[in-house]
Amino acid sequence: MNMMTEAAVEKALDQKMTAAPYKMIGKDVSVYYGEKRALFDVNLNIRENTVTALIGPSGCGKSTFLRTLNRMNDTIDHCRVTGKITLDTDDIYDPQIDVVELRARVGMVFQKPNPFPKTIWENVAYGPKIHGLARSKADLDVIVEQSLQKAGLFNEVKDRLHEAGTGLSGGQQQRLCIARAIAVSPEVILMDEPCSALDPIATAKVEELIHELRANFTIVIVTHSMQQAARVSQRTAMFHLGHLVEENDTDKMFTNPDDQRTQDYIMGRFG
Amino acid sequence: MSDVTSSAFQARGAARPRRDIGIRKRYAAERRFRAYGVTAILVGVFFLAVLLWTVISNGYTAFQQTVITLPITFAESVIDPKNERAQNPAKLMAANYPLLVRDALIKELGIDPNDRTKVKLATDMVSASSRTQLRDIVVANPSVIGTTMSVALLAEGNIDSANKGQIDLTADEANRKVKNQQLAWMDQLRQKGDLTKEFNTGLFTYGASSRPEAAGIGVAALGSFYMMLIVLVLALPIGVAASIYLEEFAPKNKFTDLIEVNINNLAAVPSIVYGLLGLAIFINFAGLPRSASLVGGLVLTLMTLPTIIIATRAALKAVPPSIRSAALGLGASKMQTIFHHVLPLAMPGILTGTIIGLAHALGETAPLLLIGMVAFVVDYPGSPLEPSTALPVQIYMWANEAERAFVERTSGAIMVLLAFLIVMNLGAILLRRRFERRW
Ligand SMILES: Nc1ncnc2c1ncn2[C@@H]1O[C@H](COP(=O)(O)OP(=O)(O)O)[C@@H](O)[C@H]1O
Ligand SMILES: [Mg+2]
Repeated sequence: MNMMTEAAVEKALDQKMTAAPYKMIGKDVSVYYGEKRALFDVNLNIRENTVTALIGPSGCGKSTFLRTLNRMNDTIDHCRVTGKITLDTDDIYDPQIDVVELRARVGMVFQKPNPFPKTIWENVAYGPKIHGLARSKADLDVIVEQSLQKAGLFNEVKDRLHEAGTGLSGGQQQRLCIARAIAVSPEVILMDEPCSALDPIATAKVEELIHELRANFTIVIVTHSMQQAARVSQRTAMFHLGHLVEENDTDKMFTNPDDQRTQDYIMGRFG
Repeated sequence: MSDVTSSAFQARGAARPRRDIGIRKRYAAERRFRAYGVTAILVGVFFLAVLLWTVISNGYTAFQQTVITLPITFAESVIDPKNERAQNPAKLMAANYPLLVRDALIKELGIDPNDRTKVKLATDMVSASSRTQLRDIVVANPSVIGTTMSVALLAEGNIDSANKGQIDLTADEANRKVKNQQLAWMDQLRQKGDLTKEFNTGLFTYGASSRPEAAGIGVAALGSFYMMLIVLVLALPIGVAASIYLEEFAPKNKFTDLIEVNINNLAAVPSIVYGLLGLAIFINFAGLPRSASLVGGLVLTLMTLPTIIIATRAALKAVPPSIRSAALGLGASKMQTIFHHVLPLAMPGILTGTIIGLAHALGETAPLLLIGMVAFVVDYPGSPLEPSTALPVQIYMWANEAERAFVERTSGAIMVLLAFLIVMNLGAILLRRRFERRW
C-alpha cells in the first residue's frame, strides 16, 4: 500500500517534469552532409530540467541532431543545417549568435572519454578560464572542486588533482569530462552515448550522476541501450532513417508507443 | 562435472582427423621474412661501418698537428733596422719575419749559414704561416723586440705527415716530399722535445689556406652557423604558420589541393635548382652580395620550408580529433583550440621535422656552389652579409686537394660535420621524449 503511494508520488513528479517548459525548440530541422540528407524536417522540443533520450537504429541521425543543438556540426566540412532551433528565446543559428557563447551555454560530453592530456585540475579549469568565469586561482579552485563534487568524482581524485587526467580509469575519465562540461555552468548538457565505452559499474555511476544532474541542467542523451533510456530519461525521442518517428513520455514510449516502428524497434525487431 | 566435460571434448578432438591449415607454411613464410629483414639490416650496418671506418681511420690524425718549438730572437736589426716603428707602425707589418725563423733554425740545428741548400731545406720544415704568427706577436707587443722567446711554430704539412708516419719512406728520396736530411733534423728536434704533436686547435679556428697546416674549418663553421640561424628564424615560423593555416583554416578546394601538390613537389625538387633560384632572385634581382651566408641561409630556408610544412601538417593531422572536439565543445574558439591543445600535442613532431630539415640544410652543398659560397675566405665573416663558406663546401674544396695533410683534414672535417648532425638528431630525439605525452 505504502509502496503504491510512493510510486504514485514519483509518477506525479515525473509528470510534472514532462510538463516542464521548453528549453530548446527545434522546428523543421534538416541536416545535409554535402548532397546527402541526414535529417528530414525534425520537430523536437527539449524540456527544461528533463532528461530527453534520443534512440533509434545506428545511422538514423541521433548524433547529427544532437550536434545541431550546440552547432558542433559547424566543425564538419560540407555540413549544412536548415530549419530553426531556439534556446530560450534565441535562435541559435542567427548570425548574431556567437558559437563560443552558445557552446558555453550548451555543453557536450562525447562518446569516447576525451580528457585533455593535462592534469585533472587543468581539465576542469580550462572552460572557466577561457570564458573568464574566475578572477583568481582561488576562484578556479572553488569551481574545480564544486564541479568535481557534482560529477561525483571529487573524493576519488582529490589527492591527485595535479596528475594527468588521462591516467584515470575510463569511467572516471568520462565523469571528468562531465565535470569539465559542468564547470562552465551550462544550461543544457548534450551527451552522445556517454556510456558506450564504459563497463557496467562505471555505466551505473554515470547514470546515477545523470539522474542527479537533472535538477540543475537540461540533459539530452543519445543512447543505443533501451534499458538506459528507460532508466535515465523522462522523455524519449525515436529516430528512424533521419525522421523523428515519435516523441513521448519515456514510460509511455516503452509500454504503449503510438507508432508501430517504435514498437518494433523496442521489441528488437530491427536495429 | 567440468572434468567430465573437458575429457569429453578431448575424446571428440582426438577422434577428428587433423586438418591441414598450412601452419608449417605460415611459419616458414614468417621465418623467411625475418631472414630478409635481418639481412637488410646487416647490409645497412655493414655500409655504415665501412663509411665510419674510412672517415675515422683517415681523419682522426687531423685532430693533431706537429709543432716545432724554436727559441726566436726578435732581433731589432731584422725587424726594424732603422728604428722607425714609433713614426711608422706599418714597418712592423712588413718586416722580414721569415728571417727570424731561418736564424733560429740555423742556430738550433747547427747549419752552416752559407750552405744555401741546407738552409732552404731547414726553413721548408716550418710552415710559411709562421710569418703572420710572428708578426702578430710583435704587433701586439712591440716590446718583445730585442728579446728571445720560445715560440711554437706549425710544422709544414709534409713534415707533419712524415711525423705522423703517413709518408712512405721506402720510396726514392728524389720522389719524396720529405728529404733524408729533414728526417734527420726531425729526429734531432724530437729528441730535444722541440718537435711535438699537439691537439690541432687550428683545425677549428683557421680559415681557408693553401697550406694544409694553416687551413681550418673556422670560417666555414661560422658561415654554417649563420645559415642555420637564418633557416631556423625564417623557416620555423613561416613553415608552422603556413601549415596551421593550410591544415586548420584553409577551405578544402581545388586551389588548396594544388598548393598541397606543389608543396610535396617542392620537397622533391633537386637542391641545385634552389641554388639557381637563389642566384636569380637574391643575387641578380635583389642585389644581395655573392658568397654571403645571408643568401645561403635564404636559399636553404626555401629548401627546408617544404620539409617543415610537411612534417608540421603530419603532426597536426595526428592530433586526435577528439581533443579538438573537446575544446570546441567547451566553447573554445578555433584559435584557442589550436594554440592551447593542438599545437602543444603536435610540438614533438614539428620540432623533429624542423631539426631534420635543419640537419638536411647543414649538409647541403650544391645550391651553395651556385651562389658563390665556394670561395677562398681567410677571414671570419663579421656578419651574414660578408663572404663566407659552409662546412660541406669546405669539405668539397679540401677533397679536391692532393696533399696528404688535406686528405686527413677532409676526413676530419667530415667527422666534425657528422658530429654536429648526430648532436642535432639526438636533440630531436630528446625533445621528442620530453614533449611527448600520451592521450
Ligand atoms: N561527418 C559526416 N559526414 C558525412 N556523413 C555523415 C557524417 N556524420 C554522419 N553522417 C551520416 O549521417 C547519418 C546519420 O549519422 P549519425 O547522426 O552519426 O547517426 P547515429 O548517431 O544515429 O548513429 C548517417 O547516414 C551517417 O553516415
Ligand atoms: Mg552516433
